[in-house]
Amino acid sequence: MTSRERILQQIKLNKPAETQLPEITRFDSLYENTEEKFIETLTAVYTEVIVVKDYTALTQKADELYASVVNRATTIPALANWADFSLNNPDPHALELIEIAILHAEFGVAENGAIWISDAHLSHRALPFITQNLAFVIPRHALVNNMHDAYERLTETTGWGCFISGPSKTADIEQSLVIGAHGARSLVIFLLEEA
Amino acid sequence: MSKAVIEHSVASETFNKDEPYVDWHDETLWFVRQKRDKSSKLLPEWEQLREVASGIKNYVLSHMDDLLIAFENKAKENGVHVHWAADAAEHNEIVLNLLRQNNIDKMVKSKSMLTEECHMNEFLSKNGIEVIDTDLGERIVQLRNEPPSHIVLPAIHLKKKDIGDLFHEHLGTEAGATDPQYLTEAARQHLRDKFLTRRAALTGVNFAIAETGGFVVSTNEGNADMGAHLADIHIASMGFEKIIPTQKDLAVFLRLLARSATGQPITTYSSHFKKPREGQEMHMIIVDNGRTTQLGRADFRNSLKCIRCGACMNTCPVYRRSGGHSYHNAVAGPIGSILAPNLDMTKNADLPFASTLCGSCSNVCPVKIDIHDQLYKWRQVLVKGGHVPQAKEIGIKAMSVVLSQPRFYQWSGRLGRSLMRTIPFVVNNGMNPWFKQREMPEPPKESFRDWYIRNRKE
Repeated sequence: MTSRERILQQIKLNKPAETQLPEITRFDSLYENTEEKFIETLTAVYTEVIVVKDYTALTQKADELYASVVNRATTIPALANWADFSLNNPDPHALELIEIAILHAEFGVAENGAIWISDAHLSHRALPFITQNLAFVIPRHALVNNMHDAYERLTETTGWGCFISGPSKTADIEQSLVIGAHGARSLVIFLLEEA
Repeated sequence: MSKAVIEHSVASETFNKDEPYVDWHDETLWFVRQKRDKSSKLLPEWEQLREVASGIKNYVLSHMDDLLIAFENKAKENGVHVHWAADAAEHNEIVLNLLRQNNIDKMVKSKSMLTEECHMNEFLSKNGIEVIDTDLGERIVQLRNEPPSHIVLPAIHLKKKDIGDLFHEHLGTEAGATDPQYLTEAARQHLRDKFLTRRAALTGVNFAIAETGGFVVSTNEGNADMGAHLADIHIASMGFEKIIPTQKDLAVFLRLLARSATGQPITTYSSHFKKPREGQEMHMIIVDNGRTTQLGRADFRNSLKCIRCGACMNTCPVYRRSGGHSYHNAVAGPIGSILAPNLDMTKNADLPFASTLCGSCSNVCPVKIDIHDQLYKWRQVLVKGGHVPQAKEIGIKAMSVVLSQPRFYQWSGRLGRSLMRTIPFVVNNGMNPWFKQREMPEPPKESFRDWYIRNRKE
């Protein structure tokens, strides 16, 4: 008998009497203003949220924020001229040099400031982690209240996706919070009005 | 696989020698517990969420085989290789073979308590494979040749000076440096080099989803993703109890997990793996290692509902004052003490006694495991099975004689109180374990019973 068969057989013998799933498994979060809650949550995790009117305003803001930075990458066509680092190399190790990546993401969650990003909008899974600094662009209207709402939106998932809330961090040395453990040292969220 | 271990009470005594250090350890963990309280109170539905999470996990226990089969089918459809390991040795062999087949002798690893339970690092290292732990806390304890002392905060027992000295020796930081920012930056540089040069990455699994064949890994540092997305081979190891039925159940568990663990509304990264990226191999190892046995123990199977948040440790008055290493088990604290005897009753017989049975662990558990009840029940099982040292057994029997005879009990109480008053050194000495690390109380003049009888007469 293989281990698989043995484990499954033992489980069958040993598992408790059948129980049913709970009837209610979702809850509503009644925030007065979802965007305000979203910004408040992200501010608490050291993340700046900037509302921009359109791609022109986004480009201006990107120029302003990352003026002196080299090795800028993006997945947003409107920022193609702003970027100076090509994502055409299929080897993710090459991304190590990137200082700032501005990436298209899908939506945000107000209760915890998490942004959903996935294969659907990403050339390399490593990109949001390996870049020194990170910015996401999401449509201003693409905000949900809580994780129940989020998973209702995520009926179709790709090969990989991630909720990201804030820059990479650790408190493993005497519980002192340090921003920039292995992933991005900073995170900015652009809420795009005309998207 | 019994090996000599230092009993929890003995190890705690050593831990308690440095009083300011114990106070610091105690307060640090209590602070984390308070963060959990604040965060949970912001959700009006918190108690209902715990109830729902517990209900889903009960369903999982009773449908475990079906869910695992569904998961396996979906995962295979997604292009993931699925392996099954009956025990720690088989798990470790599977990992070793995967690495050998691909001529790999160096691997990065993100947090996985299962691989600690399986002693995988030691095994691989004996077989010529270098494993680098990439979670900062885990890297710290790895450099010290120690196991993690906490499942969420692996280096919580160390002061920044210890880490400064360690990094000076291993990573070449300035002597005497203790700034966490500076030390973390040094570790970032050191580990980035490993991420960029290793072809295999092993991660743990927080949740595996039967409906989609996917799995979720949560970190704050981003180390699981850095490892997995840069490696040619991603190996994910999980105890089979990590399975949940559907993707939407993640909403319930991700809302509870980080809030219970550290008080954060969610970890920085909640990575959902489903298919390998192009050109990558993805392997999932589903491990039993005693879990089927635990599933068959009606009194203890609920321990398999655990989502490894560590809240029971942060709140436990015994854990906070004895430290994770005193538990000599991969998972310490209250939850570890109900998991460990299942693995080895003789070796871990002391652990269910390392508790005051105050019940705080059960009160904070996000999936409502009856932890303190199980601790109490393990004690019965262990004493009946002859796994408890004779001295403790004699003590328990003596107590039982006293407590079952009211007159004898009254007489003993009177004798004890008068001895404490007249010749206090009989109890105030090192021979009396109750005198250690504390003052004996002033003995009352009369017992409650005497007081009650007197006052009722009046």
